[in-house]
Amino acid sequence: MTTTSTTPDTTNHALHDAVSTRPRPPRASPVSASLTFAWRALLKIKHVPEQLADAIMIPVLFTVMFTYLFGGAIVGSTREYLQFLLPGTMVFAVLLITVYAGVNLKTDITTGVVDRFRSMPIWRPALIVGGLISDAGRNLLAAGLVLALGLVMGFRPEGGTVGVLLAVGLVLAFAFGLSWVWATLGLLLRTPSAISAVSFLVQFPLTFASNVFVDPQTMPGWLRAFVEINPVSLLVDAARGLMHGTAEPTQIGGVLLAAVLLVAIFGPLTMRLYRTRT
Amino acid sequence: MSTDPTHDELAIEATGLLKVFGAHRAVDGLDLTVPAGGVFGFLGPNGAGKTTTVRILATLLRPDGGTVRVLGHDVMHEADRVRDRISLTGQFATIDQELTAVENLTILARLLGFSRAQARTRAEELLDGFGLADAAGTTVKTHSGGMRRRLDIAASIIVTPDLLFLDEPTTGLDPQSRNQVWGIVRALVREGTTVLLTTQYLEEADRLADRLAVVDRGRIVAEGTPAQLKASVGAGTVQVQVHDSNRAEAARRLADALGVAVQTDANDGLLSARVDDPTLASLALADLTRAGIDLTTFALGQPTLDETFLALTGHNTQASTDAGKKPA
Ligand SMILES: Nc1ncnc2c1ncn2[C@@H]1O[C@H](COP(=O)(O)OP(=O)(O)OP(=O)(O)O)[C@@H](O)[C@H]1O
Ligand SMILES: [Mg+2]
Repeated sequence: MTTTSTTPDTTNHALHDAVSTRPRPPRASPVSASLTFAWRALLKIKHVPEQLADAIMIPVLFTVMFTYLFGGAIVGSTREYLQFLLPGTMVFAVLLITVYAGVNLKTDITTGVVDRFRSMPIWRPALIVGGLISDAGRNLLAAGLVLALGLVMGFRPEGGTVGVLLAVGLVLAFAFGLSWVWATLGLLLRTPSAISAVSFLVQFPLTFASNVFVDPQTMPGWLRAFVEINPVSLLVDAARGLMHGTAEPTQIGGVLLAAVLLVAIFGPLTMRLYRTRT
Repeated sequence: MSTDPTHDELAIEATGLLKVFGAHRAVDGLDLTVPAGGVFGFLGPNGAGKTTTVRILATLLRPDGGTVRVLGHDVMHEADRVRDRISLTGQFATIDQELTAVENLTILARLLGFSRAQARTRAEELLDGFGLADAAGTTVKTHSGGMRRRLDIAASIIVTPDLLFLDEPTTGLDPQSRNQVWGIVRALVREGTTVLLTTQYLEEADRLADRLAVVDRGRIVAEGTPAQLKASVGAGTVQVQVHDSNRAEAARRLADALGVAVQTDANDGLLSARVDDPTLASLALADLTRAGIDLTTFALGQPTLDETFLALTGHNTQASTDAGKKPA
């Protein structure tokens, strides 16, 4: 009649405590929910620090490699080349890692965690906004690394601290706008690696066929025409201008406008897809 | 009928529910009424449409037709009102594998509006109650299937839901883990939560559910208490293995005692017969022993889902997924 109990009495009390009726606290505010998602992203980095490999390796590798590899050949002096190159590498490194905005979102969708969030009464955009907050941290890390390395290697910006900080801010603002493009793709494409592949295919031509590494004056006319309208070039021009104290308000305005447009188009698109697609 | 007078609200009220994927009707005119309180079993084979139905009820999927009210609210137009009172433990794990058990629960508690300290306390309380305290600080990807299931259920009851969806909570678990999950479900029901539990196992539905519905090809094909459903199928089969020399006599005696035909398996000589009354089966076995026939093995089985299906729908469970769509 009696079977041996697999759960001793103490556990039964604990079980009873655990399941006994818990009232629902007032809903988390949008800000609190977004910050919780950002915190979740940080915890993931804590457990899987390899996630930061790109954000560390890309800035270090490209700043050092391009300076010493091309410096002598292109300008004749690595130190002089660094003054030209560094704002470009910063843009290059930060833009490359913006793709995480889409990859992480898609990963959450494929693993099913999003299903739980969506069945809870949470402010809908919080998952995406929280992700973008942590992405901004990752982008800042990359930008900071490029800058720190550059300063060690002899980068001496004429725009001073203010100019450099404004340049970093501008790069991060554009990166924020671009992140929404990857978030949209994160909802449209089938796998996280598909997003990386698309990003690679789009970003490599855009960054190399730009003014990141060389002055477009030396390029053939058809290429120069492309380089001059390439948004990456416009961003690099503005960042360079701010760091060296020669920026024109129209350059900065142009970049900010581009960032605003990206958010205005891809923000609502992302949210719409998030509501209907997942 | 209901012992609790407050349970007169309907937990779920769905009519003509429809969900089409491409040309395939995953849910095809499903009607479902689930009273508040107790466990409602949602029984069906692979591909029957259980998960699709649960996802619609839990506001994750838009139906293509029909009306659904959950706890009195329309799932399409009052989704957030519904989300305030339900919880879902999906068929596949919905917790972060890279995070620890306590981190998972704390994050969800924060998202539900708990303060930092409250969230932590609640997480620890749940881990204690679910026998996961020892594993609280380890990442979920190192946990066993049973531990993940319990954590997933814990994640669903941080705030006590009025209605909890459990989509195949015990599939793939060993008997001990399964019993733990059953214990949790029973404890929740005692606290007043209504549980809608999908399963492929008749035994599970039988043990846990107060009422159940059998779903096949996106429709409800039978509904009632477990006893009613089993009565419509028969109690099960008795299976007996005896020494070769005794087989013929054993078969004859079984047929006499049970009053039904006895099948002899061509390969291993296993004798089996349908029984409607377990008492009759035990009398038949005693009769064999009295006649000096040693039983090598014997088993009294509940009707399998296959048998239930055959009885209820006229086709076996496999047919639900592939046949019927093709013109054969
Ligand atoms: N997103 C989808 N796209 C296309 N077909 C789908 C989708 N989701 C489910 N289906 C199909 O709908 C049918 C019902 O699926 P569902 O997952 O609801 O069944 P189930 O009863 O939960 O089965 P199981 O016991 O295997 O979990 C299946 O034939 C399945 O292939
Ligand atoms: Mg399913």
